[in-house]
Amino acid sequence: MDAILQVRDLGFSYDGSRQIFKAISFDVNAGEIICLVGPNGIGKTTLLNCLAGLWAPLEGSVLLDGKNMAGMPARDIARMIGYVPQTLHPSFDYTVLEYVVTGNAPWLNIFEKPGPEHYQRAEEALEQMAISHLADKPYTRLSTGELQQVSIARAIAQKARLILMDEPTAHLDYGNQLKVLRLIKGLSAKGYAVVLTTHNPDQVLLLDAKTAVIDHQSLFHFGAWQDILTEELLSGMYGTALRLTRVEGVDRMVCIVPGL
Amino acid sequence: MKTGSTPSKNKHRQRLWLLSMLLILGVFLSLSLGRYSNDPVKVLNVILSKLGLSVPVDPAMVSIIFNVRLPRVLASVMVGAMLSLSGAVYQSVFRNPLVSPDLLGVSSGAAVGASAAILLGMGLATRQIFAFVGGMLAVFITSLVPRLLRNRTNMMLVLSGIIVGGFLSSVLAIMKYLADEQTQLASIVYWQLGSLASILAEDLQAILPVFLGCSTLLLLLSWRINILSFGELEARTLGVNLRQVRSIVIICASLLTASAVSVSGTIGWVGLVIPHLSRLLSGSDNTRSLPTTLLVGAGFMLVIDTIARTLTTVEIPLSILTGFVGAPLYAILLYKQRARLE
Repeated sequence: MDAILQVRDLGFSYDGSRQIFKAISFDVNAGEIICLVGPNGIGKTTLLNCLAGLWAPLEGSVLLDGKNMAGMPARDIARMIGYVPQTLHPSFDYTVLEYVVTGNAPWLNIFEKPGPEHYQRAEEALEQMAISHLADKPYTRLSTGELQQVSIARAIAQKARLILMDEPTAHLDYGNQLKVLRLIKGLSAKGYAVVLTTHNPDQVLLLDAKTAVIDHQSLFHFGAWQDILTEELLSGMYGTALRLTRVEGVDRMVCIVPGL
Repeated sequence: MKTGSTPSKNKHRQRLWLLSMLLILGVFLSLSLGRYSNDPVKVLNVILSKLGLSVPVDPAMVSIIFNVRLPRVLASVMVGAMLSLSGAVYQSVFRNPLVSPDLLGVSSGAAVGASAAILLGMGLATRQIFAFVGGMLAVFITSLVPRLLRNRTNMMLVLSGIIVGGFLSSVLAIMKYLADEQTQLASIVYWQLGSLASILAEDLQAILPVFLGCSTLLLLLSWRINILSFGELEARTLGVNLRQVRSIVIICASLLTASAVSVSGTIGWVGLVIPHLSRLLSGSDNTRSLPTTLLVGAGFMLVIDTIARTLTTVEIPLSILTGFVGAPLYAILLYKQRARLE
């Protein structure tokens, strides 16, 4: 099967002179999880937003289903790519169902309103996220963990094949972080491609994901985490000694700091 | 769970029916009230006779109902609906439940426009155009300031509205200072307090197309307005043509406000309070709250204007009444919503 998204020699700059990143190439296939890893300010979110078509690249291209995204209407992009922002900033107390049903927007014309089948699709998305019980609750009253689930449910209602997530675990407590990682695993098992940014390199190992790294010298690395992540790269990137080691008893590789 | 949306949809329909019935009843009662006569039976007789179902008893009453009271009653209904609807839409688009048409400077812009027309001795049609242009110009400048300062937060927008509103009130003050005390100044002051006392059937004809056109468009776009209220990032990733929808919506809302204000003068509080009240009734989903707002706003203005013309022997300016009623009502609504606003 062809890749959903093909990134080719992508470069970006906000002001046209100082380049945030350049020469980025990789493919995103169905069912894949790709983690964008790197320290703060290196351009992870910027790259994610370029993949979402929110910002036009300075050079190179992003191909969505083989077609260059640069000329595509926002609606066609939204039919394939769902975006889960880092945080939601609710201004009005829509119910969870009213919020999730807006995932149908790219499938409706400008004057159309969602009908029974669209509400049903939203309800199914809530079911998949196991949050049907929240349907009638105002989304202003949810915890950040629940909001994250609602946001993912909307991407599912959107019928997106690729879901982009900006720091999906950033504002969550430890339990909810793991819950979201499990949800991401589940999405990939169902055939969704997921690209997310993360601060925490151990999450890459937990997700057993492919990894895309912009290191501290602005060089791009991409591949299976086993091939990309080295103690040297990680330590350089985060400016502190980090260890990649197998932990006895849990029998998995972890990325940990040996001490302060 | 699967049927979760159906019962509440029926409830919403019932609510709209009830509000419509109340509004029609209100219109009838308001037509019955006035200095000349307070007899609903006579009014019923006049209406029936107009429909060819009975013979008019009192020709003077016919003239009063159709030439005096009816235009005014219809105007109050339309102005209330227009101000409330545009307030609700502004709040959604600017993602701020505290925004009202006044806060973005549309009303003060329209006031400056109308006053300019009064100073230049223009007629009502020109005054409407001036008020509209002034209102649109004001909201344009208000939305420009956050863009220039590269800070597009809600707070910046509100501050920008205060800046533009403050500046325009000074412009208005100069105009008052320059105005002829006997004629022009009185007109300007009276205009600023809001009144429908001098409304004519022609005025209705002037605002009716705007009312019908813009309200229809906004109701058709009500679901897209939900998406606008999520903010730019979410709207764009949902594939919404943000600029297109936002421009249509802001232009329609500004057109509504400017037209309403051009026939009634500035009327405070309605555009802020009624959308809140309606959201409390129907929930925040704009596909429901916008029609509710339209009907509640129409009914509210009808009551206010009826009080304005019948309570005392002299006309009470509308803004005085909307302030007396609207401000405490807003306080009550905020108290009721306190848990939601956190």
